[in-house]
Amino acid sequence: MFTQTLTRRVLSSPLVDLLTGPHGVDRYTELVEPTWTSGEARAKVIAVRRQTPRSVTLILEPNRVFTGFRAGQHINLTVEIDGRRRTRPYSPASAEVTPYLELTVGRHDGGLVSTYLCEHARPGMIVGLDSVGGDFVLPAVRPRRILFVSGGSGITPVMSMLRTLRIEGFTGDVAFLHYARSAVEASYRNELAAMAGVKVLHGYTRITAGSDVAGRFGPAHLAAAMPQPDAVFACGPPELVAAVREHCDNVSSESFVPPVFNIAAETSGGSVTFADAGVEVTDDGRPLLDQAEAAGLTPESGCRMGICHSCTRRKTRGAVRNLITGAVSSAEQEDVQICVSVPVGDVDIAL
Amino acid sequence: MTTPTTAQPQTIEKTVAGKTITMTPEQADAFGRELDAIKERVIADLGDRDTTYIRRVIKAQRALEIGGRAMLFGGIFPPFWLAGTAMLGLSKILDNMEIGHNVMHGQYDWTGDPTLSSKNFEWDTACPADQWRHSHNYMHHTYTNIVGMDRDIGYGILRMSEDQPWRPYFLGNPVYAFLLMVLFQYGVALHEMETERITSGEITIADKREILEGIWRKTKRQTLKDYVAFPLLAGPFAPWVLTGNLTANLIRNVWSYMIIFCGHFPEDVQQFTIEETKAETRGMWYFRQVLGSANLTGGKLFHILSGNLSFQIEHHLFPDVPAHRHAEISEEVREICKRYGVPYNTGPLLKQFGTVVRKIVRLALPV
Repeated sequence: MFTQTLTRRVLSSPLVDLLTGPHGVDRYTELVEPTWTSGEARAKVIAVRRQTPRSVTLILEPNRVFTGFRAGQHINLTVEIDGRRRTRPYSPASAEVTPYLELTVGRHDGGLVSTYLCEHARPGMIVGLDSVGGDFVLPAVRPRRILFVSGGSGITPVMSMLRTLRIEGFTGDVAFLHYARSAVEASYRNELAAMAGVKVLHGYTRITAGSDVAGRFGPAHLAAAMPQPDAVFACGPPELVAAVREHCDNVSSESFVPPVFNIAAETSGGSVTFADAGVEVTDDGRPLLDQAEAAGLTPESGCRMGICHSCTRRKTRGAVRNLITGAVSSAEQEDVQICVSVPVGDVDIAL
Repeated sequence: MTTPTTAQPQTIEKTVAGKTITMTPEQADAFGRELDAIKERVIADLGDRDTTYIRRVIKAQRALEIGGRAMLFGGIFPPFWLAGTAMLGLSKILDNMEIGHNVMHGQYDWTGDPTLSSKNFEWDTACPADQWRHSHNYMHHTYTNIVGMDRDIGYGILRMSEDQPWRPYFLGNPVYAFLLMVLFQYGVALHEMETERITSGEITIADKREILEGIWRKTKRQTLKDYVAFPLLAGPFAPWVLTGNLTANLIRNVWSYMIIFCGHFPEDVQQFTIEETKAETRGMWYFRQVLGSANLTGGKLFHILSGNLSFQIEHHLFPDVPAHRHAEISEEVREICKRYGVPYNTGPLLKQFGTVVRKIVRLALPV
């Protein structure tokens, strides 16, 4: 412990910063071990389990930079796929106090990152962790009667809440209602079945064999699981969350909706938000740089022909088309050259 | 091409090695489309291979740096001093050229890796990265070889074009060029000061206060690192570390000066007037980049150590395409140039540099 503290002290000293300048000490230590960084939160995948055919469960060992999360929150996970960093939010399923993070990633059809992880995740893989966030958390004063409702991969944040409560020695009542396409696709089925003191019900929507409840969520399911709970935590597709809100009070919820962009061919007529300046304009089809300048902003720029990268900005939402390459950037977080990029629908730019 | 004007695209005529080269606006459009197609193809193919390549170069650079500095601590033994100095010199060359110059061009921005981002990268030399991005990526690469706009023609201190009017000051051209070679990192660092505009009275030093502060901050840290901290850490062996670091920086200075001067100053490389480049189309811009640049021939290691600036023509056509791709596309670029009758200037380092030295000496006199 003492040597670890000493090592950290030395590595973060101004002298070491000078000696390793201008790159900084992380750019040397990461070459020895990719998670040896003091600036970026990273984790190593130490185990991979495939508990259902359409998901993968990763056990991650985060480095010291990662400062933890609260049960129910999500973390931006960065994975490198074909040389490019891709970032997606995932909610850990592990309890908030454990040293390892557990992520269960459900495969979205056509989803780049989820498909990649389902097919290629392996122990030893390095991932980036940042931007822990989300208000979907347990209140500090725990309710006495808690109902968890989840659908598909929405099980992870409520699993994290349930595991956290159990580690705390929670003595109240807990019911857990989980929906999956079929019994084989129900994540954490065995672990839930072995939990004493938790009422677990499964609803299978496609292959219904073994289902505890029939059909979609409604008053009957609520009555079977826990009538009149003090608090309900629901996570899943928007329809499920809406149904829970309709039939219960005191609902906290989160919905996983993969963003869908309708990529138009020409001038979009969408709205362009220059987020830092707090300016919103209607797309007129010109490059983002021209539109920003027309709105009275003076972003850094150079060649205006897509070669010097002086104007590169982070696009935080929406899709843009590069006029030179024709490539459409629809990933949420991506650096784009605003002098040669035109909006395709609504776009937010960090500018 | 950056400001809309009423001027019409014009035919450009240049005399290269006694031959007249003509490019009409229509030819230029077709020429540009063929080059655009190459770029599109490479961009679509970028992936793991490129990320792996640049990370391998970075790893080699960091290993050479650590190894070189460690060796210099034993520099009292001449073989250690020589090996340590050579390794550190190589490390600085890789850092500045194949890594720094290319990463700062945005060649790896598509990776989304913050350590390979053009906006974040800082290199192991006196010049602050943000100033370099402005003077080089924007000014030099956009206005390449336009006399009066591209400050890389002579860097404000040398006479490198007949179109720069002669003054008695230029009698010292070879001396200034030699000093610039030896002190190249400081020359590059001071580039954004635009000293020629200060001496001509166009601007005052107060206008450049922030720039100067940036240069001072970066240069101070580089100096402290190489000439104070590392020598002091070596205790009684400080003199060997100090001379090793000085020599490594000198090796990098001379090497990068030679490579860079061979990019735009060899014989037959063309310069342009502001008039010629009014209403310039993308195709004409490409034409100017080819005529205004020169390549170097050599082996694979030579190309890496030159930061692939040995493919200066390809680099100027596609400054944001990862430079290790230039070798692959150079054959095709050359073939396209041949079909359009555009000369493709290339040769071995010593021959090209020889013509540069001749030019430096010749332009010292009023010609």
